[in-house]
Amino acid sequence: MKIGYAVPAGLLAASLLFAGCASNDNSNNGKNSNNSGNNAAAQTGGGATPSPAVTAASTTAADFTTAIDEYRKYVIEQCDEFVKQTEGFTDAVKAGKLEEAKALYAPARMYYERIEPIAEALGDLDPNIDARENDVEAAQWRGFHKIEQALWQNKTTDGMKDVADRLLKDAQLLRAKVETAEIDANLLVTGAVELLNEVSSSKVTGEEERYSHTDLYDFVANVEGAQKIYELLKPELAKKDPALEQTIGERFTALMNELAPFKSGDGYVSYETLQADEVRRLSQNLDALAEPLSNMGTILGV
Amino acid sequence: MNKKDKKAGNDAETGSGLPETDANLLDKKFSRRDMLRLTGASGLGLLLGGSGVGGILAARQASGPAVPAIAPVQAAAADTIPFYGIHQAGIITPAQNFLCFASFDLTTTKISDVRKLLEAWTTAAAALTAGTLIGSMNDNPNLPPTDTGEADGLTPSKCTLTFGAGPALFDGRFGLAGKRPVSFTDLPAFTGDSLEPQWCGGDLCVQACADDLQVAFHAIRNLARIARGTAVLRWTQEGFQRSGSADPSGGTPRNLLGFKDGTGNPDVTSDAEMRKIVWSGSTDGPAWMNGGTYLALRRVRFRIEVWDRSSLSDQEATFGRHRQSGAPIGARDEFAKLNLEAADASGRPVIPPDSHSALAHGDGSVQMLRRSYSYSSGMDLKTGQLDAGLVFISFQKDLMKQFVSIQQRLSRNDRLNEYMVHTGSAVFACFPGVREGGYIGEMLLG
Repeated sequence: MKIGYAVPAGLLAASLLFAGCASNDNSNNGKNSNNSGNNAAAQTGGGATPSPAVTAASTTAADFTTAIDEYRKYVIEQCDEFVKQTEGFTDAVKAGKLEEAKALYAPARMYYERIEPIAEALGDLDPNIDARENDVEAAQWRGFHKIEQALWQNKTTDGMKDVADRLLKDAQLLRAKVETAEIDANLLVTGAVELLNEVSSSKVTGEEERYSHTDLYDFVANVEGAQKIYELLKPELAKKDPALEQTIGERFTALMNELAPFKSGDGYVSYETLQADEVRRLSQNLDALAEPLSNMGTILGV
Repeated sequence: MNKKDKKAGNDAETGSGLPETDANLLDKKFSRRDMLRLTGASGLGLLLGGSGVGGILAARQASGPAVPAIAPVQAAAADTIPFYGIHQAGIITPAQNFLCFASFDLTTTKISDVRKLLEAWTTAAAALTAGTLIGSMNDNPNLPPTDTGEADGLTPSKCTLTFGAGPALFDGRFGLAGKRPVSFTDLPAFTGDSLEPQWCGGDLCVQACADDLQVAFHAIRNLARIARGTAVLRWTQEGFQRSGSADPSGGTPRNLLGFKDGTGNPDVTSDAEMRKIVWSGSTDGPAWMNGGTYLALRRVRFRIEVWDRSSLSDQEATFGRHRQSGAPIGARDEFAKLNLEAADASGRPVIPPDSHSALAHGDGSVQMLRRSYSYSSGMDLKTGQLDAGLVFISFQKDLMKQFVSIQQRLSRNDRLNEYMVHTGSAVFACFPGVREGGYIGEMLLG
């Protein structure tokens, strides 16, 4: 859950603009490859409305077709599973099975957290699914965290039937929308950093899951989502800046090693059990990864 | 020697005797920041009109350095303390207005990473102290700029960056144990210490000083950013003193207890004195410290509220000096000799033997170079009192013989102890200076 929606909205706008000058993703990428090595031509001859994001994307020398296709496949897989798991969760809530609902809550959310930047680029879906109390007007608050509050703080499923139904509908809507979501290289690069920024601003501080304290599930899922993007962009990155590619790989490993001791069964320990120095180390390892990761944009060219 | 002469010592460092390279001369006429501003905004090879520096045009060539068509008049030179030299700057440099001190813990266990970090820090420090942007990726719309930008357009503001290594660097992690100078260890416990671990120690330190706090902060922020993945911040402390513009006469600054602090400092313009007191020489220890010095830092919180309710005579007896003039009790001139023999009619010493000045002075045979700043870190939420005091910093060639021997005297008997508490402590071996093409700590790590 992001604090502000300005960036994703901007991303979406950029994607739409991008879509406006090409019929589909493939032709976009085809054009990019044609222009490789001729930045000036791309700048002046692209025919797009001048905009930094469009300019950036259209001067790209690399071919991201495979990465984008693979990422879309990943997003759809995650979404399919997300809908399935959310249904299990909302069924438990509606059936009044408190403990079962609590057990299903965090694992279901992981599928969402891995692809959060996509959801954020799709209008109101993110706040509807993932807003925390105070993120939105009280009357508009719905989604996972409202149910989280009921389950852990109020210790009941009472009054959550409608919220559960809407959550499942929102999840299904997300699944439907990702099918047509514009995904370009810029979204991948920015999205990976966004995922880590999510961790940095709310998960590592324990603010995301303030009632259930399942923040580490989200933490891991965000990092996995970023790692997926890194893996997809790795071939291009290795061509452009092998040292950067290697550093990012090493830092993913370091962060995962740092997270490993907090695994518990199929899940993760409660955020409340973390010591202050453990939180700090996790945060510092995250920053150590996010810094080089934020330079992946180098593959987009200048 | 009086204070005015000491102030004239500004040139002590600039006259390091190093040959001035062409690059240096070029920098003086036309800073690299200006070149970046003029040429960096586009990779298209266009001619760009410079804004803000008189509409200068500069051509960026496909390869090779940018060539300015007209060199703008730079006021920056006078505002620049050279980074390269025999010694690091920020030690005998007259204290700038602001301090940002940062202590780092290394997270890597590879000495090659430490080397890489110090190389990167050296490159960045040269830019930071010259007032130019760090790195070359400041104009790519797809990347975060390599420089965080908040000092863009600001003068160097006499920024100095001083790097050091803590005793912890010489533990088993990096195979450097054999290179630790014999007497370089963490400080012994002193009577009355109330040290908090979060204010102590560190593997590496950076002391950033500048006449502008934003410039100093920018330096630490960017060095910490560069370190990510190799080292993390352990603690940081900002400091200040009266600014040069608030005291154009350049008198001895006052600490937050209202007394002048630094009156008895050695003369930084005297090479002989600095060699005797500050600089580690070729016969003083390991070769990698030849031209370096040892830094002692103590974070000293003042019991401000208690001090504020003590009488002027108590305050003066505590320091052994008059508050207004800074002169020793019984004298008129701030720089009058501290006469510890003087007695009043009843035979009692005029300057109390347990006063701060008397104890710090001792028999006068042991000196160190103090370069302290005040700090204010808001308030203590528990008591509602101010959290303010002194970032005591001293430089000396031998920590044990100089800082420790004086601090042992002070910690046992100093009247001032009633009004302060030492909450933080660290020592660092500050490397010798670096020449262009080299890097900080090269003699240790190379």
